[in-house]
Amino acid sequence: MTTRDVLLWVVVPYVAGAVFVVGHLWRYRYDRFGWTTRSSQVYESRLLRAGSPMFHVGILMVIGGHVVGLLVPRTWLEAVGVTEHAYHLVATWAGTLAAVLTLAGLAILVYRRRTVGPVFLATTRMDKLMYVVLGATLAFGTTATVMFQLLGDAYDYRGSISPWIRGLLTFQPDASLMADVPLAFQLHVLCAMSLFALWPFTRLVHVFSAPLGYLTRPYIVYRTKDDTHLGNRVPRPGWERVERPGSRR
Amino acid sequence: MKVMAQMAMVMNLDKCIGCHTCSVTCKQAWTNRTGVEYVWFNNVETRPGVGYPRTYEDQEKWGGGWVRTKRGRLKLRSGGRFTKLSHIFSNPKLPEIRDYYEPWTYEYDTLLSAPQGEHTPVARPMSLLTGKAMQIHWSANWDDNLGGSTETMAQDPILKQMSEQVTAELEQAFMFYLPRICEHCLNPSCVASCPSGAMYKRAEDGIVLVDQDQCRGWRMCVSGCPYKKVYFNHKTGKAEKCTMCYPRLEVGLPTVCSETCVGRLRYLGLVLYDADRVLEAASVEDPAELLDAQRSVLLDPHDPAVVAAAEAEGIPHDWVLAAQRSPIWALISTYQVALPLHPEYRTMPMVWYIPPLSPVVDVVTGSGNDGEDARTLFAAIDRLRIPVEYLAGLFTAGETAPVTAVLQRLAAMRAHMRNVNLGAEQDPRIAQAVGMTAEEIEAMYRLLAIAKYEDRYVIPAAHAESARALEETASGCSLDVDGGPGMGGGGRFGSSSGRPVRAAVETFHALRNRQTADTPAGATPTRVNLLNWDGNGAPPGMFPPEKGQPGYGDGPEAHA
Repeated sequence: MTTRDVLLWVVVPYVAGAVFVVGHLWRYRYDRFGWTTRSSQVYESRLLRAGSPMFHVGILMVIGGHVVGLLVPRTWLEAVGVTEHAYHLVATWAGTLAAVLTLAGLAILVYRRRTVGPVFLATTRMDKLMYVVLGATLAFGTTATVMFQLLGDAYDYRGSISPWIRGLLTFQPDASLMADVPLAFQLHVLCAMSLFALWPFTRLVHVFSAPLGYLTRPYIVYRTKDDTHLGNRVPRPGWERVERPGSRR
Repeated sequence: MKVMAQMAMVMNLDKCIGCHTCSVTCKQAWTNRTGVEYVWFNNVETRPGVGYPRTYEDQEKWGGGWVRTKRGRLKLRSGGRFTKLSHIFSNPKLPEIRDYYEPWTYEYDTLLSAPQGEHTPVARPMSLLTGKAMQIHWSANWDDNLGGSTETMAQDPILKQMSEQVTAELEQAFMFYLPRICEHCLNPSCVASCPSGAMYKRAEDGIVLVDQDQCRGWRMCVSGCPYKKVYFNHKTGKAEKCTMCYPRLEVGLPTVCSETCVGRLRYLGLVLYDADRVLEAASVEDPAELLDAQRSVLLDPHDPAVVAAAEAEGIPHDWVLAAQRSPIWALISTYQVALPLHPEYRTMPMVWYIPPLSPVVDVVTGSGNDGEDARTLFAAIDRLRIPVEYLAGLFTAGETAPVTAVLQRLAAMRAHMRNVNLGAEQDPRIAQAVGMTAEEIEAMYRLLAIAKYEDRYVIPAAHAESARALEETASGCSLDVDGGPGMGGGGRFGSSSGRPVRAAVETFHALRNRQTADTPAGATPTRVNLLNWDGNGAPPGMFPPEKGQPGYGDGPEAHA
């Protein structure tokens, strides 16, 4: 295990993870206004109607697959009756479908972004950087899958990359697990790390506002003037409002 | 019964001359920014016409508002919660900017920078979306009657519901202006469509607002609103809409569009309504009954039981008094001349309209008859089916009887007041014919025709005096929070970073008090303008009073 291994497979992931977590907290505290999908549908609808659902459905499948493949230990899956062969079959074919959807969707969206004038003008430098890193992550991931899972003899990432990730998450990092992983997988992981570090500063933050609460809240929302914000400033601790005994509000 | 207060508006369409002053002043106040160039919170449409955005009333196409299911429940026309979430990656019913119009500016610089040449340089229109030269082919009121309304009139969704041969006749016979703002509905489908829960109805006065910090730009509100009065800011990626100028209302001032209306056709005031009955009224089966259902949700502010219930709900007494003086209540319920716009959308809109009698009068006088004679006018209202049917398509879900009733009352007022003004003999049959008394007609005339400022706008100020009084004399800074910078307005990351200072009622009052006070501003012990301080000595108020001096211990908090 060399210094380089430790740097790449312990230091970089933790730095990226820290930037990811702290970055989101910072962004949420100071830039709630900028926290949006920055949709460009009002400029152009036709291409977006094709590309966006494809990309999003695909990427959700990809994320789901990664959760199952990386975070769930093999023994757990075997305990519920998922054999190695069954896992491999599903991972390869569902994964390929997800990759095709995601990449085709992304291709449509990037084409649209470049060729539709108003959409291109509304693209920030951060967007472009994000597209490059996201595209690279997807490209290396797909390359690795095609090279090893589809054409090659099924590289067993569940014996190396998955325990490495779980080690990172449980604060017992083991860089040696990643040392002998094929290059395509290594590049995929490193690109993903950069994407995580960029995440809080891009429009990707909209992932964390998936509006699931909509399913349960009442249709009409009422808000009343906040009692704690009667004045222009946030009240300081230690000062309590004087209230008439028996006053209603 | 759960009594709630609602700030509402009535517009008297007979008085609208289509000058667009309301639109322009609203635009200057609210949407003169990048990202909302194409947005008009207030717009004035020539009707019949396609409106803004084009054909917005065609709900088959745009899917706004509510529909009643077979089981009698209300459901969003463009689908319920699961449908909405499944469309979150791309909204199938979203109007594009070009359905409003492509905003532009002119290349003014060439007028100055063009080299000397044979031809006069021109300022070409440049798109604000692409930055390139463009051909202007539509705008916010491109189909104004002064422009080309007859070219596109046939596309009017309301006309399409009527028989086709009508269109040609309408071109010569009938035209009026329809100013539109957000309806601030009692049952707002935009609020119901918002996946983030960022849109809300203020419990105090019913104004519908978008929480800019919580909006995530899913755009469902834009398609959910059947009036297309929620707009997408394409620079910030957030929804924006008419705020009913709430910072002005809170200090007792009318909205910008009302204040600047040269025809003085807008009325603002409170109505009390029963929040428990809104859903029931919005779900009545027959669309023709929606008007009566909505009227019945409004509560009589003079009824002692209503007053007691209102005060039990914590509505301040002066708000109840304002609701009793409200011109809105008078026009909707007492005189019954105001009608809601498109009740069939089942959103319970709260901007109502007095339909125009003037097209009828024009026809009568144009044919050489007496346009102020009650019998002639009544006959004309009955005979002129087309205008009445069109108005019914706008205001009563196609039911002509309520529109006829309103026009008859307006006609009766016209005829009655001519007799009064000429000192002629009163004809009691005129008032009786429309179920009113002469006194009622004269009171209605006073409200509609004289329309004094204080009668048109009855706006109780918000109750912020119960807040920290005179916030500004405490010379605090909104960023002066626990753990904040405490550096006075700079913000943590350069100017204007962090959260914006909120438009505050108390700031407005404190500023006005200071501006109109008899004592100079320097006399306030806590305010020192260091820009004017030459460094000599310590002006009064720079330091808190020492022990033994007058005012010791009388710090800012003691004022509050």
